[in-house]
Parts: sequence; structure tokens; C-alpha cells
Amino acid sequence: MRQLSLPLGILLAAALAALALSVSVGSVSVAPDALWAVLAGGGEVLPRTLVLELRVPRSLSAFAVGGLLAVAGALMQVLLRNPLADPYVLGLSGGASVGALAAMLGGMGGVVISGSAFGGALASTLLVFGLAHGTGSWTPSRLLLTGVVVAAGWGAVITLMLAVTPADRLPGMLYWLMGDLSYARTPWPPLAMLLVVCLLVIPLGRSLNVLARGPLQAAALGVAVRPLEWVIYIAASLLTAMAVTTAGSIGFVGLVVPHMLRLVLGNDQRLILPACALAGGTLLVLADTLARTLIAPEQLPVGVITALLGVPTFLYLLYRSR
Amino acid sequence: MSRLDARELVIDVPGRADGRALTLSVEPGQVWGVLGPNGVGKTTLLHTLAGLRAPRRGQVRLDGRPLATLGRRQIARRLGLVFQERHDGFPATVRETALIGRHPWLSPWQMEGGEDLRLAEAALARLDVDHLADRLVSTLSGGERQRLTIATVLTQAPRIWLADEPTNHLDLHHQTEVMALLAGEAAAGRAVMMCLHDLNLAARWCDRLLLLYSDGEACWGPAETMLVPAALERLYGQRLATAEVDGAPVFVPVRGES
Repeated sequence: MRQLSLPLGILLAAALAALALSVSVGSVSVAPDALWAVLAGGGEVLPRTLVLELRVPRSLSAFAVGGLLAVAGALMQVLLRNPLADPYVLGLSGGASVGALAAMLGGMGGVVISGSAFGGALASTLLVFGLAHGTGSWTPSRLLLTGVVVAAGWGAVITLMLAVTPADRLPGMLYWLMGDLSYARTPWPPLAMLLVVCLLVIPLGRSLNVLARGPLQAAALGVAVRPLEWVIYIAASLLTAMAVTTAGSIGFVGLVVPHMLRLVLGNDQRLILPACALAGGTLLVLADTLARTLIAPEQLPVGVITALLGVPTFLYLLYRSR
Repeated sequence: MSRLDARELVIDVPGRADGRALTLSVEPGQVWGVLGPNGVGKTTLLHTLAGLRAPRRGQVRLDGRPLATLGRRQIARRLGLVFQERHDGFPATVRETALIGRHPWLSPWQMEGGEDLRLAEAALARLDVDHLADRLVSTLSGGERQRLTIATVLTQAPRIWLADEPTNHLDLHHQTEVMALLAGEAAAGRAVMMCLHDLNLAARWCDRLLLLYSDGEACWGPAETMLVPAALERLYGQRLATAEVDGAPVFVPVRGES
């Protein structure tokens, strides 16, 4: 167990430091002693309201969403045995975006938008899996290809919807599409889901390690392959749907975080999955802090920051890998 | 001790007639060789016997119980399969790869312990790849990978071995080592069945043979009754010259004739 606890301890410390940084900086900074006073239950009114009602829920939401996306990405990469897989490639975010935009186009409010995004993500999941399943034999490459094509279809629908939207509603939609944590109200549903899924997948970790070596090898070593693949696919879909519902569509966390961790920590899923939860959360907390502070008091969509950080990082990793 | 029984088994090779159904038993102490030309279904047969493919007809029984009624984990504790083809998903070291052989023996919450590591190290040493334990699998040669594949199944410690061309990519010395290992497993009370392309290895090491013909015909029995030059020439569509060396028959293809 020691080889698990050291890297996870370091990542946990980094996560706590990022959360502390995130709740103390912004358009108004909170000094460390004032922050400590607030977290200890005292402090003055203004920093108290600022930290507890605005920044803590938002930072925790960012942490949960980043963790969900990274774990979902790591699961998809094992399922498809393809290091380039991530939930977004499979059309999940496209379906969620179409659901959310349709609700916005209809002039609906917050909860309906979230519910509609969740429904869109699940509908896309079922569509991709149903089509890839086809007449009985789905292969990773077939699932990936179906997902990519469905995602392209959603992309066209999104463009169509933006084209017919009245100009005054466009900014909200564009912010949602680029990922925006200012929609996040309560961090508890995504945090609870992250915790539950981490606890569920850890006992599956060794089976996932075996599955990563191919379905026949896994079956020969005692893994019930098809049920396991269903569990991974459904879990990854739910995680992504929850993340997209909370914060809009945020790219590259699910792709880049598992890769960076694999390069450093190896490929034991029992270590990689909890590490993804911590590192993905930390990354998104930091990205959201940047998004809030770079041009404060204006805010940038956090998806822009993750993509601007993610694209060069990913290209570098890809370049270095061969 | 475990035994594997095929009852009226017809394997599912697409586009081929049923041919002769197989009814045979792989028993403790036996070393079975499966011989036949390319594409005849040797790999399909092993996968069917391991429960990884459904048969077209008939049944496979493991210790008297139909395979279909057993869980994969129960099967994997008794039956190990040496695959011919290998997929490299994510990078892994040689030691990690051998250790996954312990998977069927560990509960979901259990980490591999010292005993598992000891078994894996012993298997790597037995197959002469222990000096590569920290290397990435992707950096190994074909023969080293083949030995690692066998070491992984040895770590799994099955009572029945199904080996798909276990001597693939191996040099002469390691071919002999691997055949001796499999024969040793049988001598220790385990059952072995392997697909082979090398008639001479089969003649030297197997005590039972199963010949699979392209048209779906099959015959099986004790090795000495199966190693008839005329039957083998029909099996491969190849003229053979026969000699006896070191107490075992040796078959050599005759050049320019078929």
C-alpha cells in the first residue's frame, strides 16, 4: 500500500493548497489570517459572505467537475484501450450541449437547463452505444468511430441552433459551450458522485488492469468482460453528464490529466483513478482561479483556460511519446 | 486434479461444414498435441475449450460441469490459456505482466502480496526472463515476450494448460525448455493441450494427438498410432521423409513435391 499512499498524499496536499488559493484570490483578495478566521467559524461579514457563499461552493464545484472529467477520461481510455479516448470524443458533451442550448433557446431557467443537459448526455450515450452495438459485435474502434461521427452530428446541430438564436441570448449560450462555473450552484451532487464512483471503481481496479490487456486475455484470467465493460461505460457516462450539467462543456481535462499521471505514475488503475480525481480537481480549480482573476472583475470561460493549457500540453506529450 | 471433456463438440469455424464432432477427454498427466494446417481451427478449438467462444454444437465440461454454468473466475482458477496473439494496451513492465496471472486468486479489495510476488518471480526465473523484470514489455524481443506469456500462465498456476503454439518465436534451446516445462506440468498431475506446427516437437513430447483436417474431419488417439506418415502427408498436403533419431520419429518435408 505504501506505493499508493505517497503519490496520493502529495496530490491531496496539492488539491488542498489549490482550494485555499482559489478561495483567497479574486476580484477582492482575502488574507490568509482572515481566511483562517472565516473557515474557523468567525471573521468579518464581508470576507465571510465572499468566501463561504461565493468562492467555496464555486471552488468545490470546480474540484468536483475536474475530478469527474479526469476519472471519466481514464475509464474511457481503458474501455476503448485507446489512449486518445475521452468522454468528449464519444459525443457525450455534444448531446449535453444540444440539450442545454435547447432549454436556453426555449427561455428556460437554471434547473431545466441542467436537467436538459443531463438528458442530452444520457441520450447521446445510449445512441452511441446502441449504434456501435449494432448486430451484436462492438469493438473499441467501432465504438470510437460511432462516437466521433455522432459528436460531429451534434456539432452541426449546435451551430444550427446558434444561427437561429436571437442575438441577446447568444452570450449565455456561448459561455455555456466553453464551460463556465458561474452556473454552478451547489457543489454537493458532483462531489458526492465523485466520492461514490471512486469508492466503487477501486475494487474494480485490478480487473481494469487486466481488461487493459485486451478482452480475451481478461476473460482467460477470470474477468467477466461484458458486464465490466457496461459498468465502465455507464459510470463514465454518468460522470461526464454530471460534470457537463454542473459546468458546461469543458474540454481536455479528461484527456490530458490521465495521460500526465500515466507518464509519472505508471498504469495501475488502482492508483491512476483516485489520482485522476485529485489531479483533475486541482487542475480545474487552478484554471477557474485564473479565469476569475486574469481580467477581473470580468470572467473568462474556464473551458478556454483548460483548452489553452491542454492543447500545448497534449501536443507536447504526443510529440515526446514517439 | 482437473479434467476437461469435449462432448460431441463442433467448433464454429465460419463457412465450414460441421465435419466430425469431437468427443475426447484431456486428463491429468496427459500431454495433447493438436496438429493441422493453417486456418483449420486450432486456435478456435482452444478458445472454445476455454469457454471464450461458443461452440456450434456440443458441450465442454470442466470437472464434470458444463463450462457455460461456471463463472469466468472459477474457470480461470483451474484453466490457463497461453495466447498466440498479444495486445499491448498501455505500457507495463515484465514483472507487472507476470503478476496479473494472480488475478483469479485475489479478491477485489486485495493487493498482490509477497507470496504473489514470489510466485511471479519464480515463474520469470523458470522461463529465463527474470533479468528483464523491470523492462517494459514493448521493448522485448518476440521470443522474450513468448516466454513472458508462458511465465504469466505459470504464475496463474492452472491445473489445465491450453497452449496455442507455445514454441512460437523461440530459439531451439528455449523450445526444448518450454516443452520440458509443459511435460513437467503434466508429470505433476496437470493436464496439457497445445497446438503445434512442428511435427517433430509433437512426436517427441506429446502422448496424445488430435489431427484436424481442412475439410472438418478429425482423428485423435495415442501419439504412436497417429504418427503415420500417410495420414500426416494428407493432413498437410505435403510429402514427408521419415527417420528415427534419438528414439523418436523425425519428419522432414520432401523438397519440390506436394
